[in-house]
Amino acid sequence: MSATPDLECIDLTKDFSDFRAVDNVSFDVPPGSFFSILGPSGCGKTTLLRMIAGFQFPSSGDLKIKGKSMIDVGPNKRPVSMVFQHLALFPMMNIGQNVGFGLRQRGVNKSDIKSRVERVLERVGLPGITERQVSQLSGGQKQRVAIARCMVLEPDVLLLDEPLGALDLKLREHMKIELKSLQAEFNTTFVYITHDQSEALVMSDKIAVMNKGRFDQIGTARDLYYEPHSAFVAGFVGDANRYEGKATAVNGTAVSMVTDSGLHIQARSIGGALTVGQRVQSFVRPEAIQLEHNSAGVKGFTVESVLFNGANSLAILRDATSGELVNVTLPQTGAFANLSKGDAVNAQWDPEQARCYAVEGQ
Amino acid sequence: MRSKVSKMISDKSKLGFYLLLAPLVLWLVVLIILPHIGLFFVSISEKVGVRQYETGLGNYAVFFNEPLYWRTFARTAIMSISTTVLTLILGFPIAYYIAKMTRGRTKTTLFLMCLIPFWVSELVRTFGWMILLRETGIVSNALQYIGLTAGPVEFLYNDAAIMVGLVYTSILFMIVPLVTTLDSLDDSMIEAGYDLGGNGVSILREIIIPHAMPGIVSGCIVVFMLSLGNYLTPILLGGKDSLWFTGLIYTQFITRFNWELGSAFGFLLLALSSGIVFVGLKLSRQTLTETMGR
Repeated sequence: MSATPDLECIDLTKDFSDFRAVDNVSFDVPPGSFFSILGPSGCGKTTLLRMIAGFQFPSSGDLKIKGKSMIDVGPNKRPVSMVFQHLALFPMMNIGQNVGFGLRQRGVNKSDIKSRVERVLERVGLPGITERQVSQLSGGQKQRVAIARCMVLEPDVLLLDEPLGALDLKLREHMKIELKSLQAEFNTTFVYITHDQSEALVMSDKIAVMNKGRFDQIGTARDLYYEPHSAFVAGFVGDANRYEGKATAVNGTAVSMVTDSGLHIQARSIGGALTVGQRVQSFVRPEAIQLEHNSAGVKGFTVESVLFNGANSLAILRDATSGELVNVTLPQTGAFANLSKGDAVNAQWDPEQARCYAVEGQ
Repeated sequence: MRSKVSKMISDKSKLGFYLLLAPLVLWLVVLIILPHIGLFFVSISEKVGVRQYETGLGNYAVFFNEPLYWRTFARTAIMSISTTVLTLILGFPIAYYIAKMTRGRTKTTLFLMCLIPFWVSELVRTFGWMILLRETGIVSNALQYIGLTAGPVEFLYNDAAIMVGLVYTSILFMIVPLVTTLDSLDDSMIEAGYDLGGNGVSILREIIIPHAMPGIVSGCIVVFMLSLGNYLTPILLGGKDSLWFTGLIYTQFITRFNWELGSAFGFLLLALSSGIVFVGLKLSRQTLTETMGR
C-alpha cells in the first residue's frame, strides 16, 4: 500500500433491534478520490454514512480516518464533514454566518473567519454573497454553499448524502459535473452515497454497490458495467434484459441456456462454475444487442413497440418462437429511424457481452 | 343578465362574509371595547360629593401618591416576570424532550400528561398545593418524619408559594407553543451543528433558540398575561398579605365600592401589561404578527 487511506472501514457492522442494517462492510478510500456507495433505498447506505459521520455507533468493527480509529470520537471532533440530503443550511443565519459556523466553533478569530469564508465562497464560484439570506439562493447555489460550509473546515473526508436528490433533472445533470470539478479543485476525499447510478457512474473514481447491508462489488464504473460480479450488480448498474432458465451446456465460462419458454441464449459466466441442468439467469444489456432488418420468412423477432426517447430510444421485440421480450436500444444511425410496430427484425449479441449467474437459493 | 347573476352571487358571498364576521365583531365591541370605554369614563370621574362627579385625573394621582399602590403594582410586575422566566427555564427542557427525543405514541402520551391537570378547575388544583404545603400538610409531615425538622413548617403564605402556584398554572401555555416550534426544527440542523464542530451549548444558543424564538416569545406573552391577571393563586397561596395588584382592584370594586379608583387601577394594569409585552418584543426583536401568526 502506498499511502494511508483517508478512510478505512474494517468489518463494520450495525445491528438494529430486529435487523442488520450494515453487515461486515470493509473498504478503504485512498486520499483525494471520489468514492461512491450505490444502492437501492433501504440497503443500509445511509446508516453506513451516519456511522462514518459519527451519528450512529457501529455494533462491531473499526473505522479509521487517516489511520486513526474514530470509534470513540464524537461527531463534532471527527475530521469529516457532511453535506446533508436537504443540505441543512441554517435559516436563522446569513450565508457568511452559515459558512463561518464551524470556524466560530473552533475559536478562530473574527478577521480570519471573514477572509476564509470569502475565500471558500470564491472557490465554489459564489463570491460576495455573505450578507444574503439562505432563502434568497437558488437550489444550485444552496448546494455550493453547503459544500463551502464543510470545505472551509478542510476536512479529511467529505461525506455527501444524496445531495442532488432534491434538484430538478437539468440542474442535477449540471451539478454532477460541478461536484466532480469541485472535488478536483479541493482535492479532498469525497464519499458520496446515492441510489442514482448515473450520478455514481459519472463522478466516481470507485463505486461500491451495496445490497442488503453488504458490499456486492467495489470497482471502477467500467468494472461494474462490463464485469458485474453478481446478478444484483448486473441488474442494478445499467439496464439489462434478464432471463431465467436452465443451463444446457457449460464449456469453461461459456454457458448455453434455455429459458422456460424456449429462448436459447449464449452467455459468459462470472464467478463460480455452473453445471448443466442448474437454474441460471442471464443479463443482456439493451445497448449490447445488434439489430438487423430481416427479410420476411426468416425466423426472428417482431417489433412489439417502439419507445422513442431521443438518444435513449428503445425497441421492445418479441421472439417468434418463445414469446420472450427483448429490449433493444435503437442505434441512432438513421438505419432504424422508421422502425415501427410489427416489423420483422433480427437481433443478436456477442455471447461475451451477456452475463450468466446461478440463481440464488437453488 | 350575466353581470346581474354574478352581482347576485357576489352580494351573497359578501353577506356570508359579514355574517361570519358578526360574532367576532359583536364579541369585540360588546364585551371588550364598550366595557373599556365605560370603565375609562368611570376612571376619569372624581367624586366630589354625593352623586356629584367632576372629570379629572384624580384617581390616577391617588395611585402615584400612595406608595402601597404603586409598590404592589411594581411587585406584581416583577413577580410576573420572574414567573415567566422560571416557566421558560422549566418548560424548555420538557418541550425539547417531547418534541425532539420522543416519537409517536410516547409523544402523544407525554403531551396528554401535561394537559391532564387542566381537566380539573384552577381552584381545585390550587387547593391541591395547599394540602401539600400547609403547616399540617404532606411536605411538612414528611420532613418531620425523616427528621429534618423538629416541628411543623409552614410553606404557604409567602412569595415562593405564590411562584410555585403561578408556574404550575401556566407552564402548559409555555410548553404548547415551544413543542410546536421545536417540532418544526429539522433534526438534520442539529446534526449539521454537531458535524461542523459545535457542542451542546453553542448549538442551543445559535441554532435551537433562534429557531424557537417565536415560540418562546408567544409562550412568554401568554404566561406573563396569565400571571399578571391571576387572582386566585396569589390570594390562596399568598394569603391575605399576598399584595397582588388584581387583589387591589377587587378590593376597590367589591369591598370599598370605589369604582372610580378600581377602574383607574384596571387601566394602569392594562397599560403595564401592554408596555412590558412591547418591551419584551423589542428586546427579542420579534413582531407580534410573527409570534402570534404561527
